Amino acid sequence: MSVYLLCLILFCIGLYCILRKRNLIKIIIGIAITGHAVNLFFILIGYKANGRAPIHSPDQTILNMVDPLPQALVLTAIVIGLAVIALIAAIAMRVYEKYGTFDITKIRRLKG
Amino acid sequence: MTHMLLPLFVVIPLGAAFLNSLLGKRIKGFSDILSAVATCALACISIYSIFIIKDAGLIVYKVGGWIPPIGIVMVMDGLTVFMAVTVNLVAFLISVYSISYMEKYTEKWLFYCLFLLMVAGLNGVIISGDLFNLYVFLEIAAIASYALVAFGTEHEELEAAFKYAVMGSVASSFILLGIVFLYSVTSTLNMADMSLEIAKGGSPRIIMLVSVFFLMGFGLKSALVPFHAWLPDAHPSAPAPISAMLSGVLIKSLGVYAIIRIFFSVFGATPQILNTLMLLGALSMMVGVCLALGQWDLKRLLAYHSISQIGYVVLGIGLATPLGILGGLFHLFNHSVFKSLLFLNSGSVEYATGTRDLQKMGNLKEKMPVTSATSMVASMSIAGIPPFNGFWSKLIIIVACVQAQHFAYAVWAVIASLLTLASFMKVQRYGFFGELRGRLSGVQESPFFMKLSMILLAVICLAGGILLLPGVYGSFLEPARDVILAGKDYAKMVFMSVR
Amino acid sequence: MTIIVKAITRLTVGLILLFGIYIVAHGHMSPGGGFAGGVIIALSFIHIMLAFGKEEAFKKINQGVASFFESIGAIIFITLALLGISGGYFFLNFLSKGEPFKLFSSGLIPLYNIAISFKVGSGLFIIVVILVLLKITKEGGDK
Repeated sequence: MSVYLLCLILFCIGLYCILRKRNLIKIIIGIAITGHAVNLFFILIGYKANGRAPIHSPDQTILNMVDPLPQALVLTAIVIGLAVIALIAAIAMRVYEKYGTFDITKIRRLKG
Repeated sequence: MTHMLLPLFVVIPLGAAFLNSLLGKRIKGFSDILSAVATCALACISIYSIFIIKDAGLIVYKVGGWIPPIGIVMVMDGLTVFMAVTVNLVAFLISVYSISYMEKYTEKWLFYCLFLLMVAGLNGVIISGDLFNLYVFLEIAAIASYALVAFGTEHEELEAAFKYAVMGSVASSFILLGIVFLYSVTSTLNMADMSLEIAKGGSPRIIMLVSVFFLMGFGLKSALVPFHAWLPDAHPSAPAPISAMLSGVLIKSLGVYAIIRIFFSVFGATPQILNTLMLLGALSMMVGVCLALGQWDLKRLLAYHSISQIGYVVLGIGLATPLGILGGLFHLFNHSVFKSLLFLNSGSVEYATGTRDLQKMGNLKEKMPVTSATSMVASMSIAGIPPFNGFWSKLIIIVACVQAQHFAYAVWAVIASLLTLASFMKVQRYGFFGELRGRLSGVQESPFFMKLSMILLAVICLAGGILLLPGVYGSFLEPARDVILAGKDYAKMVFMSVR
Repeated sequence: MTIIVKAITRLTVGLILLFGIYIVAHGHMSPGGGFAGGVIIALSFIHIMLAFGKEEAFKKINQGVASFFESIGAIIFITLALLGISGGYFFLNFLSKGEPFKLFSSGLIPLYNIAISFKVGSGLFIIVVILVLLKITKEGGDK
């Protein structure tokens, strides 16, 4: 149970980082942390006590494997996270190019 | 062999997008033609599938030949077809419009590549029968839309895109977290199977928690009011065809459709969820229109109206009476038509005059007859003037509110509708009537393709009421309504058609 | 970069590339596969870029080629998936599955892995190149 709570704490740290930080790069790091917290939680859901990695090899009998599905899904989620982070980082760099700052309080052209 | 149509909804746009990135840079004009042909084919397939569904009821396509609880399935039922027609019809017309409009940007092939990826994501969300697959397609569409919002790479675009991307990815995190919790409870990702597992009533508290996560995640994607902050920035900043796509289709496909599918077909609608949906709908309706009244930027005003109109859709669906759902769905279709048209009009005005500020326009109806006529049609339609399509759907929603004894919501909807009318009278008065400003004397009507797609959308606006006529109603709106009404019978129908 | 980094890079970069290809080729019977292998392949080129500078890396593979491979990877993947329709279903694995744990087995899966490795390898390389090449030139704050 405590590992789930740690995941929750990690998730909350990420959310705090997104909501509270003013630097664009720190916000991106916050997004990455939330993503990783969810992925970690997903992996932990699939774990069972004393489970073995779900890899089938010729000379072993299959005993007590952990659930392989979350691992496959998390791989997909990681790829998606990579794409999002790369895109947002590129956007942040372009923002810096235009505004000359990473401070989110100074980037306010849109209002109304 | 009709089953072969289902994967095409995803394959055609994906294949076209990558062909575009391969050849579009080298061959001039290739990406225009490819994108128009691909979206036209999609629109034809989706219209053809109306007739298939009318006979078959529900089609399940087993990807890779694996049976449902194990493999990924694609499910096509009345609601899917309804959404597919909406998405692909609008996408086709927008693709035609972009041929001329996107001339002012460089790297046109890149635009089409992202556009087609977004269409692939939207179609995938609609057609998927697997929750994680839905999430993946949702992310494809969302990432493509982040990039498209930033397409102009100017100050405002980048700021809006950053805001949108951050909020969108937080929403995605919550959606994924919800999926994880659901997987931990039900040990399956197939939506039909999940629905059966939930029906056994194992852990209602976790389902409640997941409902909250999904309401927040998909609510943010569909810009319901507490989660709407990104929309008024992101939608005006994108190029006009993409604003039309985002407002017209994306918020409905990623947001409203996903809410309907998960809350009605998988969880089974409980009174708490329905009341929350109605409340959120009513709130967005009023907040959106009130914020829109004070805007002078044409596209920003339209973006606020998107929030308001989505409120109508969600209110109608939240009523969960046959008439309310019908009204909500009909309004969803109508809104995607007239809001796309309005955004295309604003793009056309911006193309010709170079401004979006209503105070700097005036008497464009002499210079741009087609644009102003079509915008007139769309404004009447969104404000709910008979005989345009917006009138019928709003009328149905209000009547449904009265029937379901929610008189306050009915009055609320009428007031919001009046405010919408006021707001669009302002647009017409300042934008297209009034005196001509000196510096706009050299303005010309937009090119042929832009006019063509605007006229076609205006015709759909005018003819929208036909969908309620007995013969047509039974094949397009009724199956979609029945799917929502059937609720958790979705699972039974899926497993029945597999056998 | 210093001479140490350059010397080590010269020695290891080929091995890294080879390891990536190994991971891709054996993806269907051991951990790894198209994504992991593709990332390793991309890393080998990024390694060159870090050690010798971007000009040297572009001699090996330039952006145009990388973007070509990215599109080709995706198109191969979709084509393979569509070929499955010949056997009745999209994504159907219609080739003979062969014997488990042999290199030539499990039908179409190795081919999918190769397509994915094209896509991922060149895609990741392009991402890094774009983030590196984007010159940060201040326009001087809010104009």
